[in-house]
Amino acid sequence: MAKHETPLLDQLESGPWPSFVSDLKAEAEARAKNEKGIDYQIPADCVEDLLGVLELSYKHGRTHWKHGGIVGVFGYGGGVIGRYCDSPDKFPGVEAFHTVRVAQPGGKYYKTEYLKQLMDIWELRGSGITNMHGSTGDIIFIGTTTKQLEEIFYEMTHNMNQDLGGSGSNLRTPADCLGESRCEYACYDTQDLCYNLTMEYQDELHRPAFPYKFKFKFDGCPNCCVASIARSDMSFIGTWKDKIQVDQAEVKLYVDGQTPPNGGAHKDGNWGPFDIEKEVVNICPSGCMGYKGGKLLIDDKECVRCMHCINVMPKALHIGKKRGLSILVGAKAPILDGAQMGSLLVPFIEANKDNDYEEIKDVIEKVWDYWMEEGNNRERLGELIKRKGFQRLLEKCEIEADPRHVQFPRENPYIFWKEDEVAGGWNRDINEYRKHHKR
Amino acid sequence: MAFISSGYNPDKPMEDRITDIGPRKYDEFFPPVIANNKGKWKYHEILRPGVLVHVAESGDKVFTVRVGGARLMSASLIREICEIADKHCDGYLRFTTRNNIEFMVDNESKLPALEKDLSSRKFAGGSYKFPIGGTGAGITNIVHTQGWIHCHTPATDASGTVKATMDVLFDDFQKMRLPAQLRVSMACCLNMCGAVHCSDIAILGYHRKPPLLDHEYLDKMCEVPLAIAACPTAAIKPTKVELPNGTKVNSVAVNNERCMYCGNCYTMCPSMPLSDTEGDGIVLMAGGKVSNRISAPKFSKVVVAFFPNEMPRWPQMTGAIQRMVEAYAKGANKYERLGDWAERIGWERFFEVCELGFSHHLIDDFRDPAYYTWRQTTQFKF
Repeated sequence: MAKHETPLLDQLESGPWPSFVSDLKAEAEARAKNEKGIDYQIPADCVEDLLGVLELSYKHGRTHWKHGGIVGVFGYGGGVIGRYCDSPDKFPGVEAFHTVRVAQPGGKYYKTEYLKQLMDIWELRGSGITNMHGSTGDIIFIGTTTKQLEEIFYEMTHNMNQDLGGSGSNLRTPADCLGESRCEYACYDTQDLCYNLTMEYQDELHRPAFPYKFKFKFDGCPNCCVASIARSDMSFIGTWKDKIQVDQAEVKLYVDGQTPPNGGAHKDGNWGPFDIEKEVVNICPSGCMGYKGGKLLIDDKECVRCMHCINVMPKALHIGKKRGLSILVGAKAPILDGAQMGSLLVPFIEANKDNDYEEIKDVIEKVWDYWMEEGNNRERLGELIKRKGFQRLLEKCEIEADPRHVQFPRENPYIFWKEDEVAGGWNRDINEYRKHHKR
Repeated sequence: MAFISSGYNPDKPMEDRITDIGPRKYDEFFPPVIANNKGKWKYHEILRPGVLVHVAESGDKVFTVRVGGARLMSASLIREICEIADKHCDGYLRFTTRNNIEFMVDNESKLPALEKDLSSRKFAGGSYKFPIGGTGAGITNIVHTQGWIHCHTPATDASGTVKATMDVLFDDFQKMRLPAQLRVSMACCLNMCGAVHCSDIAILGYHRKPPLLDHEYLDKMCEVPLAIAACPTAAIKPTKVELPNGTKVNSVAVNNERCMYCGNCYTMCPSMPLSDTEGDGIVLMAGGKVSNRISAPKFSKVVVAFFPNEMPRWPQMTGAIQRMVEAYAKGANKYERLGDWAERIGWERFFEVCELGFSHHLIDDFRDPAYYTWRQTTQFKF
């Protein structure tokens, strides 16, 4: 018998899509039965109360969670977010119900043995409710008490070799696409770069020293499956410099209708037979393709690497061989000064495992030095770049301006020349001037 | 309940402390077929909705079955996922960026049993536990935020709006009939933990009332200068207030005309809550994308200024989403994303074919970029 009536939430149990309400109810029931005989370290009925407090929000149209409190584990400034219910008299099981962020493995691959071990800890010491995964990428544990935080951290670090993720004005847990592990489009090893930088910058991840949050995301190609270009302060997007690799025999199989276009992504649509002119050549954004005499022609120098032709004919076309990545900076959601997309800072850089990604780290550290020196409190990198101008960033990163940095050149001539750029400088003698120009 | 110690000694927190060890390394969890062929994949094909094959240079193949799931997930459900992976996939699985679960096998012959098992599992309330789909030119899972289940700033619920939306879009989760992929995202307040600002369709929780002021406690609970500095429109100033009992306290005053309801002050000061039954609700945005394919990535545009929160299934919101999806399915060219289609036909036509109203709320008036969104040409459609 449920502890709280949930008539509104009950209506979210029907319909085909997996119902979180059904799942929560099943979990509440499992905790009540406790067939495994777990000595629950937080109230056994916390999931009942979680359903109860959510039902109340559905009734009121308002949240019933208070502002976070400062809780965490010793020595870390992030990884735990305090959360308290504003109606603890009605829902004592969730009075203190903190979030724990657990750093996820790259590509979000798991062995079941690991997940079960994680759940053993979380069922004993928390609510058993998770997010798989949070928006930034972490495994999220929803709901435990203050006293359990150190215990969870101790068990994770000692028994599972597993650390917490980031929160607050830290480097947030970096996230990647699955990259080379299962994708033919990956232009660099996203998982390795993500892991390498995560380990290199553990201090920045756990101890807040930044003006605000900072996110790294790693996309293996310009398809941007982890949306790095829209939501990371520094976005690493795979690309290549040479020619798209073409297998003309396979192109022909697409043209002849033997291979379904776009990896079969359009199988349920009535799109008629594949038309390479219409579907590839004519919608290439740089117009660098042709199809003549049964051959696909690409003027690679004019290619902007949008991925369309490769996406349409993955069996016939392959990314180039001279691979690396582009670095874009400053993306963020609208708070405060409007949303920003990442802006191109480094058009091409190699992802060199052999020297421990030295060149990439050099760029990162220059960007951080600048942001920490000149960024205001709670100012994202993108906002600083906007406030100070893109030139300032280039200067601080010691990167030469390049037409690739702009969509188009400025439309006003209000150039802020630097004194050393103008012969003779600013200091002039008015008397000398007046010798030739009477008052 | 008896307290069970992990071994941690609160009197000596540094004793045996392990820190800064990061996540587990990615390659610890690779299934053998992935480990053996990393960096050597040749091509892939979607065999049917939700089922993919990736083929390696070696000739090895990995078959993936993708299933949707609520990202809010219980330990019991995770154990059930593990049981399935143990039974069919040698104990390996992965999650996608968009909260799907992927079960991988190294031989096509293992697919039918896996697919049958996944499709047969249902929750007590009747919904699928593991619906197969979310690939290609269809609608995949919705990335979303926390909402009323566990956050202090939401203007709506996340899990509920997502469940309601995915129920109406479910056919397109299991089909690939659309012109291109259509990404739906949900964020329950302007902070946008879910970064929905570049999605084909975005559901956004939004507050419409300036913060309440808890004068009696404000100066005790908050750093007043931080609350003032947090305001992007400089609408907050310090003030002294006389409480009904005659005591004078330091507090803040809000210029309501200038407030953009972003909640940034509330993030800094718990005595300035915003949530309100009538004030809060849903904004719909459309036409954004993150891919560089064909056209550049772009921001989503606000296409519905406000729908009230209609618990538990938000029918006006899901209705408008359905109309957008259907109009797009009918009107767009193959490979054309929703935003590219809207730009090609013109936004004036977009509102017409999606049967959405237009009002002054949808004209940008926020700072400089607003000017660039007004129509500065005589080219438009009647």
